[in-house]
Amino acid sequence: MKTLLKIIAAAAALGLAPAAALGQAAPAPAAQPAAERAAPASAAAQTSPAPGTAAPAAQAQGGAQPQDVSAANTSSERPSDAAVAQSTAASDLQPEASVGQPDGRFGLQEQFSPIGREAKWFHDWILMPAITIISIFVLLLLLLVVVRFRRSANPTPSRTTHNTFLEIVWTLVPVLILVVIAVPSIKLLARQYSPPAADVTIKVIGNQWYWEYEYPDHGVQFVSNVLTEEEARAASQPRLLGVNNRMVVPVGATVKLLVTSNDVVHSWGVPAFWTKIDAVPGRVNETWFRAERTGIFYGVCYELCGARHAYMPIAVEVVSRAQYDAWIAGRGGHRRGAGPAAAAPAAGAAPRQEGVGAGQATETSPAPAGVNPGTTTPPVSRQGATNSREGGSH
Amino acid sequence: MTDTTANASPNASAAAHDHSHDGDHKPGFFARWFMSTNHKDIGTLYILFAIVAGIIGGAISGLMRLELAEPGVQYLQGWATALGGTAASFDEGLHLWNVLVTAHGLIMVFFMVMPAMIGGFGNWFVPIMIGAPDMAFPRMNNISFWLLPPAFILLLGSAFVPGGAGNGAGVGWTVYPTLSTSGSTGPAVDMAIFALHLAGASSILGAINFITTIFNMRAPGMTLHKMPLFVWSMLVTVFLLLLALPVLAGAITMLLTDRNFGTHFFDPRGGGDPLLYQHLFWFFGHPEVYIMILPGFGMVSQVVATFSRKPVFGYLGMAYAMVAIGVIGFVVWAHHMFSVGLDVNTKMYFTAATMVIAVPTGIKIFSWIATMWGGSISFPTPMLWALGFIFMFTVGGVTGVVLANGGVDTYFHDTYYVVAHFHYVLSLGAVFSLFAGFYYWFAKMSGRMYNELLGQLHFWIFFIGVNVLFFPMHFLGLDGMQRRVNDYADAYANWNEVASWGYVIMAVGMVFFFVNVIWSLLAGRRAPDNPWGEGATTLEWTLSSPPPFHQFETLPVIDAGGRH
Repeated sequence: MKTLLKIIAAAAALGLAPAAALGQAAPAPAAQPAAERAAPASAAAQTSPAPGTAAPAAQAQGGAQPQDVSAANTSSERPSDAAVAQSTAASDLQPEASVGQPDGRFGLQEQFSPIGREAKWFHDWILMPAITIISIFVLLLLLLVVVRFRRSANPTPSRTTHNTFLEIVWTLVPVLILVVIAVPSIKLLARQYSPPAADVTIKVIGNQWYWEYEYPDHGVQFVSNVLTEEEARAASQPRLLGVNNRMVVPVGATVKLLVTSNDVVHSWGVPAFWTKIDAVPGRVNETWFRAERTGIFYGVCYELCGARHAYMPIAVEVVSRAQYDAWIAGRGGHRRGAGPAAAAPAAGAAPRQEGVGAGQATETSPAPAGVNPGTTTPPVSRQGATNSREGGSH
Repeated sequence: MTDTTANASPNASAAAHDHSHDGDHKPGFFARWFMSTNHKDIGTLYILFAIVAGIIGGAISGLMRLELAEPGVQYLQGWATALGGTAASFDEGLHLWNVLVTAHGLIMVFFMVMPAMIGGFGNWFVPIMIGAPDMAFPRMNNISFWLLPPAFILLLGSAFVPGGAGNGAGVGWTVYPTLSTSGSTGPAVDMAIFALHLAGASSILGAINFITTIFNMRAPGMTLHKMPLFVWSMLVTVFLLLLALPVLAGAITMLLTDRNFGTHFFDPRGGGDPLLYQHLFWFFGHPEVYIMILPGFGMVSQVVATFSRKPVFGYLGMAYAMVAIGVIGFVVWAHHMFSVGLDVNTKMYFTAATMVIAVPTGIKIFSWIATMWGGSISFPTPMLWALGFIFMFTVGGVTGVVLANGGVDTYFHDTYYVVAHFHYVLSLGAVFSLFAGFYYWFAKMSGRMYNELLGQLHFWIFFIGVNVLFFPMHFLGLDGMQRRVNDYADAYANWNEVASWGYVIMAVGMVFFFVNVIWSLLAGRRAPDNPWGEGATTLEWTLSSPPPFHQFETLPVIDAGGRH
């Protein structure tokens, strides 16, 4: 609770600070006055540091730079996405503190997928204790040596330089520790690469600097842009994490992601699902997750991708199956291939070339009309799936 | 233990000739410092260069911590304006952030740590420790150094020419395509690539020189298994350099032709693959991180043995642990690429192979402690740095074991946890060992004693500062904060602010370092030949402080008793 209050306070106070850089998402004419409004507010924030933050930077000189009025001019590469620009929310879910978003804690984010829970357990109960014990053990040895063998306590040094038994011990014991770590580690890897049959397939395309989502089974396609600071506040979304069009998935469904990029390498990652995969131009990477509860889960682009690397967040909205279906319909999508049972009969598996490997850096003009009906098995290699398939039991 | 009886080699006549001319005759200023063939002078040049580069690289990280101290974008646009001369757009400000990230990484790796360790301390003490008069190829040694300043100028100059969204190369020290090819128009990235070419050529020449020197110029009786561990560490390091750097040179040359001559090595539009570059880069990049730490291992071994007044425990184990680390270091590169879409078997292999490195590293940690065990330990400044190194490197090492797990890395990849990890092994590992070596050998190199009080203050303030700076980054990473961003979600504000204060503390510590160096050079007590007493058994302590301009004109003979 306390952390929550702190976050809210920080968000409110620091929200005044300038970062209205996010003009990309808003139509240019609208962003212009917004940025101008932000400028005086930011100047005010500079002179009175936020409560609770000593704000060393605010005391220094350069803080009073007029901010990013120019940001409004930089939205030229924004795709014309008028058809879906009005956010069509799938549910009335609101972001929850400490669920699917950072909260300034000391540990891993809460996990909401089976893989995530397994991995978090592995980290919290095997890796963390092991590395903590090893570090403390080394520290204690050092302190012991320092105290016991300081010159005043031990004026004549020994000349011992060998002890075969000891040397064997400190070679073999680490080996044993590593074996203990390796077993669950390899198991986790095998599970990550053994996805159950996909219920929903989503193609994720990275662009400088926004994400594009395609639901090939439904003919739904849209672009997801970061919200400006103003918009995020208006929509009660966390700054730098909120987006205008969220990726929507049904709860409990196995979501297969096919991830690629139109320009440079990006990386699609949502910590709460323990999911991260690079978006590499010319390749279609596959990964998957299964969200176990409804809510909004945030992620970011994790690979340096140019100037606005910090401004291409991810928001996944996990809703009930009914809400998902309604959302698909509201997006103008069709129901074909919507259910898990329909995964198989998606006949033809029409190969889809476009967008894959094209690498058109700026030409992203989604044409939601006739996009690729019903392709559930795109021609990507199921990397390593063949020999690890039996390892999974989900 | 050592004996300076003349041997009856053909050198005898040469030595007699030299003696008639005064062996300590130094050339004039320009000839001495700009046309040097003397390993000690070149080593000094390297150290001065590394200090200058370290100041610049450290100042850049200060700018980054200032911008990150609180959420939002406060300074970047203003800095971009100041740097470019004309009013910078907001995107140019953001681009400047990536330029700073790139410059900090490249400068610290190629122009601070490597020149200081290999060029500086390696040049100074490898020949002396093996009883050689100089390096095998003195003139090649000189060009090794003089390739660095132009490389550095190219890198710094790239910040003033277009590189995509703004001026400078904003591609990260890894220079991944296609951000570094189609994503960065303008000459900035080309200049950065040329800088790496030159720095790489410099290191390859240096590596050849060290290998030849160590294999051919050891004094009579100095067998490989009697070499001090610092020399062993340098031998392993330069082999890594020799094998890894040509791969980097090839990769960045392909990048250059992709950028300028229409090739498509890394461009999917012509059938290339961006991941090929990543494989090539990390085939170099992983050995590179051992290149940055192995000489530190060597220095810490010397320091620990000296101040424990005991020979190194498990000498052969220590030496071959470094060899093992070097060998394994070449077969673990793809753990830097766990999220690129690797095959599951590939990930399993690289997970296992990476964890294996913890074994020889553990041998080293425990052997250092065993060296101190039963010793008679004193704690002057270099020993403090060495002790700090052992613990901080352990902390950085164990988080490496966490990251080694391919399945766990899915979460941690490209988060601040990684930033914390590699700063613990580099900023608290490699840099601590550099300071250990610097204080250990300062008297030998300059002929003056450093000030002990200032040295201790430097250590403690720096130690606290870097821990306050880097430890919170673990929490940021655990909470999911991504690397290389100029702004972050508000939940990350607190730890970022703490980290920025840590930088301030560290910077205060560095003030004591510079005051100490200047004060000691001007007014420090004259150093005896061996200020450290009976524990300092290597050959440099048999010479005067500073050593004569040409040492060992008659080669020392190492007796058969051995040093371990």
